[in-house]
Amino acid sequence: MAPQPITPAADASNEILLAATGVSKRFGGVRAVEDVSIAVRRGEIASIIGPNGAGKTSLLNMISGFYRPDSGSITIEGVDTTRFRPAQIAALGIARTFQNIALFGGMTVLDNIMLGRHVRMKSGVLSSFIYWGLAQKEEVAHRERVEELIDFLELQDLRKQPTSALAYGLRKRVELARALALDPKLLLLDEPMGGMNQEEKEDMARYVIDVNEQWGTTIILIEHDMAVVMDISDRVAVLDRGRKIAEGTPAEVQRNPAVIRAYLGAGGEGRGQAA
Amino acid sequence: MFHRESGVFKTSYAADMALYPLPIAKWAVAAFAVLFIVVAPLTLGEYYISILNLCLIAVVGALGLNILVGYTGQISIGHGAFMSVGAYTAANLVTHLGAPFWITIPAGGLMAALIGALVGIPSLRIKGIYLAIATLAAQLIIEWTINHVPAISGGAQASIQVPRPTLFGVQLKSQVQLYFFLMGFVVLAIVGTANLVRSRIGRAFVAIRDQDIAAEIIGINIFRYKLWAFAISSFYAGVTGVLYTYYLGIANYEQFQLNVSIDYLAMVIIGGLGSILGSIFGAVFVTLLPILTRWFLEDYGWLFFSQSDLLNAIPNLRLIMFGGLIIFFLVVEPEGLNRLWRNIRNYFRVWPFSY
Repeated sequence: MAPQPITPAADASNEILLAATGVSKRFGGVRAVEDVSIAVRRGEIASIIGPNGAGKTSLLNMISGFYRPDSGSITIEGVDTTRFRPAQIAALGIARTFQNIALFGGMTVLDNIMLGRHVRMKSGVLSSFIYWGLAQKEEVAHRERVEELIDFLELQDLRKQPTSALAYGLRKRVELARALALDPKLLLLDEPMGGMNQEEKEDMARYVIDVNEQWGTTIILIEHDMAVVMDISDRVAVLDRGRKIAEGTPAEVQRNPAVIRAYLGAGGEGRGQAA
Repeated sequence: MFHRESGVFKTSYAADMALYPLPIAKWAVAAFAVLFIVVAPLTLGEYYISILNLCLIAVVGALGLNILVGYTGQISIGHGAFMSVGAYTAANLVTHLGAPFWITIPAGGLMAALIGALVGIPSLRIKGIYLAIATLAAQLIIEWTINHVPAISGGAQASIQVPRPTLFGVQLKSQVQLYFFLMGFVVLAIVGTANLVRSRIGRAFVAIRDQDIAAEIIGINIFRYKLWAFAISSFYAGVTGVLYTYYLGIANYEQFQLNVSIDYLAMVIIGGLGSILGSIFGAVFVTLLPILTRWFLEDYGWLFFSQSDLLNAIPNLRLIMFGGLIIFFLVVEPEGLNRLWRNIRNYFRVWPFSY
């Protein structure tokens, strides 16, 4: 199957793809996320930043259906997905990667990426059992798309390697490939550059920008490296202790006194990390 | 030595995804086909063929259990009972309706699949050892039910006579005829399993085994696929039960008790979890081992025991040797016989330049 062209950002400017309205999540006495509202427009790269424990991943988990918000609602393209299961969210075309990589270790890189196309494929048990005919045709057609992604992410020589044998940076890349295999309209990236060296970070940032530009994929990015976030994001939301304390373009956020306070403590000046 | 990848180039994705991507594999399969379809039935006697038949039946069951345990990462200690479901379904169809095998075998499989899927429902919430206990309960409940409901078990003995199947108007009376009959189903089971695990459904199973959270996030409905795994696996078990019933000529719940479930688990673990070849190795190994140890003791037991002790000792010594050999093989290669075979193959792959 050819890559499905997703409407470029320019056509649908300012259209809201994802809106979270007043979502809260509590774990026992801990308020992980409290009354957070964000809106992500189609085609943009939106970043969520904040100190450790600010509730970034919890928010992402609610969007992707792992947690159910205690209150508030989440809509994707106007559909209320607040009570959807993760698999239903995926079927809408939402893909994500994990902070601590969740690949299928016993499978090859190729199979991992093929799995990303699961919701785009249809073969049932019987046609899989018979294989020749329908299932084979489908497998080959989807393999073509997967090979495009393998080329895109430069994984050609690793196709038949089990993912458990790969280096950390490569596993991150395979996970991105698997997420992209879904042909997502919204891609949720949870610290895609965590634990990487400068070179790997630059590669990953390049891939993220390319995905956004080539396929118009909307991206929500959680990342600790401020330089990367400020460089590639269209808009940034800042969480601190479960609350949203700021939102805006990278430049606006960097000047925001509340953000500076959250990152550097009271009275700090806008130097250091938020450079 | 026999296995060379260099110089093999594929020009299409279909070729790369073929069942046997290397030309040598096709020749190996052809050689095996000749060996088992022509040579074995012509050279082996009736008794040896009957042992081969037991192996063939076990292969079907082991493949099915491996789909559940090896590929999907769930566990079942209830497969003996699922086999009995298939067996009694077929037996009742034969006695009441005189159904031919091409009805009884799918019907037995489907009934077992239905029961298996029901038993699999707890797998959504419980895993590992807890699921093992739940399926163990299923084993005992099914055993009890069959034994106590005359409508299923056919009366006090809980056994139903089943005549041998008829193919093209010929009743399969000899072991050699039965051998070809069973071989057909084994080939179907092997090819079907291979197809299943290399396509969409099989990948979803492995995804659930390796990382159920990530599996859900890429859109796999975990509950549905776990139930499918239980149903497919139980279908194989049901078919195994029917085949075994045809083989014995009688459906009897005592042939499908807890020890059978454990034997089949032993097959997939010893053979190699998540591997088709491993299922075959394991099934043959676990089926032959008790027979071989008996032969061994009958022939050489007098070296260690007096004749009178030997008669008493053989059943127990068999169990000891059986257990001992299983432990030995698992210590040598915890990942099973399939891994052992792969190690040997990989050694010869670069032989004699192993560096």
